[in-house]
Amino acid sequence: MRTITEPIIVNIGPQHPSTHGIFRMRVVLDGEVVVDLEPIFGYLHRGIEKLAETRTYTQVIPLTDRLLYLSAMACNHAYVLAVEKLAGIRVPERAEYIRVIMDELMRISSHLMAVGFFFNDMGCSVYTPLLYMYREREKILDLFEMVCGQRLTYNYMRIGGVSQDVPEEFIPALKRFVAEMPGFINEYEQLLTENEIVLFRSKGVGILPKELAINSSASGPVLRASGVKWDIRRADPYSVYDHFEFEIPTGEAGDNYDRYRVRILEMRQSVRILEQAIKQLPGGEVCSKVPHLLHPPVGETYGHIETPQGEMGFYIVSDNSIAPYRLHIRPATLINLTALKDMVVGWKLADAIITFGSIDVCMAEVDR
Amino acid sequence: MTLWPAGNYWAHFGVFAAIIIAFVLLTVMAFIWFERRAFGTFQLRWGPNRAGPFGFFQPVADAIKVLLKEDIVPAAADKLIHWLAPVIVFLPVLLIFAVIPLYKGHGLVPDLNTGILYVVAISTMSVVGVFMAGWASNNKYSLLGGMRAIAQMVSYEIPLVISIISIVLLSGSLSMYAIVGSQDIPFFLVTPLGFLIFLLSAMAEINRGPFDLLEADSEIVAGFHTEYSGMKFAMFYLAEYGHALAMSAIAATLFLGGWRGPGDGYAAIGVMWLLAKVFFIFFLLIWMRVTFPRLRVDQLMGFGWKFLFPLALINLFIVAAEVVYWGDITWWMILVNFGAAGVLILVWSRLFKLGGGRVEIEA
Repeated sequence: MRTITEPIIVNIGPQHPSTHGIFRMRVVLDGEVVVDLEPIFGYLHRGIEKLAETRTYTQVIPLTDRLLYLSAMACNHAYVLAVEKLAGIRVPERAEYIRVIMDELMRISSHLMAVGFFFNDMGCSVYTPLLYMYREREKILDLFEMVCGQRLTYNYMRIGGVSQDVPEEFIPALKRFVAEMPGFINEYEQLLTENEIVLFRSKGVGILPKELAINSSASGPVLRASGVKWDIRRADPYSVYDHFEFEIPTGEAGDNYDRYRVRILEMRQSVRILEQAIKQLPGGEVCSKVPHLLHPPVGETYGHIETPQGEMGFYIVSDNSIAPYRLHIRPATLINLTALKDMVVGWKLADAIITFGSIDVCMAEVDR
Repeated sequence: MTLWPAGNYWAHFGVFAAIIIAFVLLTVMAFIWFERRAFGTFQLRWGPNRAGPFGFFQPVADAIKVLLKEDIVPAAADKLIHWLAPVIVFLPVLLIFAVIPLYKGHGLVPDLNTGILYVVAISTMSVVGVFMAGWASNNKYSLLGGMRAIAQMVSYEIPLVISIISIVLLSGSLSMYAIVGSQDIPFFLVTPLGFLIFLLSAMAEINRGPFDLLEADSEIVAGFHTEYSGMKFAMFYLAEYGHALAMSAIAATLFLGGWRGPGDGYAAIGVMWLLAKVFFIFFLLIWMRVTFPRLRVDQLMGFGWKFLFPLALINLFIVAAEVVYWGDITWWMILVNFGAAGVLILVWSRLFKLGGGRVEIEA
């Protein structure tokens, strides 16, 4: 290493405006160039996996809300999916459709926040794109509030279905939202996609090559931006995703710009899925009969879904008691974060920040 | 030189010093309110609307808040320099206004014959204060901010001054009053490229908009003033808006014709014209700031040296040739300069490569 100036060590975080929670990057700088980077996790560890082992299967659902709070519905879904697989529980078709609707709404909402915060990190210093995106997120939160009364931690999915049917006014409101969302996405693209400064800042910056993306087990938009067409909704279909037509957008270079583009394109696909789901939504019950205290047979299972951030999986071991014997979570963002150093070294400090932002992390999930 | 009131030096300086301090403080408060309301409008929200009608008293409430806050100095900071920095940053802002013509022949120093030179010299001083703040805080974020400040301000001073020189050529004088006086056609029409270059470099100089790297909140927290709180922070805040005011006032004077406008026979109307132009320029700054993401530090330097600097030089040559050829400001000049500005910007943006990017690190 040839150093021109004396290297300095800068601790970015745990308390820093752009670490999206409490995360620490120990960065060695040569002037403004990042020479070395060490991500340090664990400031938000709450022992959720251990807590889950002291609760019944149903009581674990509220814990999953707190994991990835920007896409709590998806976490609910990942967990109940694993338990249903373990205990062999059938889910009514209407409930599956409602789950898909919730998942896709959650994907739009989460991607809105991801893109908004990405531009925040890029220094839209007074949050303009983010505030525009809050406007649409607000509508999604209203929809969630209709179905379960909550706006952040939903606790809506149940083992065997969902807690209650959607209210009458939900479907018309959803139709309105689906009709106007493409216009809003166009608006963001007008503001951001061709913006010269955005291109300067994000094109070719923070590249994650295809091989490295696969080898580091990255998933979600981070993997797809590197050009790998891998989406669990297609690769290992769950719920009723095989009933819908949608595409899996991928990037080419795997840079920050591609990760942004993939998220925008995924939002468009989510709108498409929602349109189809509204048309196909069947009637019937929304939850099958499940005993209050579930005793799944002895065994182990792994259920995973495609959350907005990537693959989230629950590995559950059952000993036929009322609580999981062991529960392990495969967090999408922790594993995506492990490639951070390779993406950042050699770039400037400002690039380190936006590359970190482009991964779309949620520290609550990383540290659990 | 008119000494108003009473033809007495001391009375004149006393009255005008008071006017300038009141003008700067009140306008800065109006700027703070205006910017926050404008942000609200741009971002589909209200902005301040609780303290007083339309939130007019919000800057007052802010001022009271920062006055009551504890003033913390880091244990390992260089105490004296840490204390001195905000003062050094703020003083030049007031000093600049000594030569800004408020109205025909009225100002603290009416008709300083090297007015614009004085402005350039004084406005550069604040960078010393910024670097002092960054260095004395004993914080790496602050130090990075301070270093960025030096690089940025030194680089952007050059296109700024070159664009000012074209104005000097057009008006044939360094005096601010003579420059305003010679603007029968406002100079932003005569040299649009010069105006653009001045505006962009001024934005970088006063640390605003896409060029606010000194305090890039998402990267280095708050840059050079990370470790400042209470009244000292307020001084930096005041200085930042004061600089914006100063730059808007200079731009209004040099390019938009200062106090001149229909009905400027009356002093009050003249001052209103000046204020309206100042607020227009400030609105442009707000607009840019609220829309664009921030540039990276090497891209910022590249933009300054590879884009603005050559364009400023070419613009200077064009204006100089026109002044030699026509001798007087004519409508032809406007036509030629608008054409030249369009062609130059197009051609140069094709040629312009930012470069920079990844640095290979050998293990």
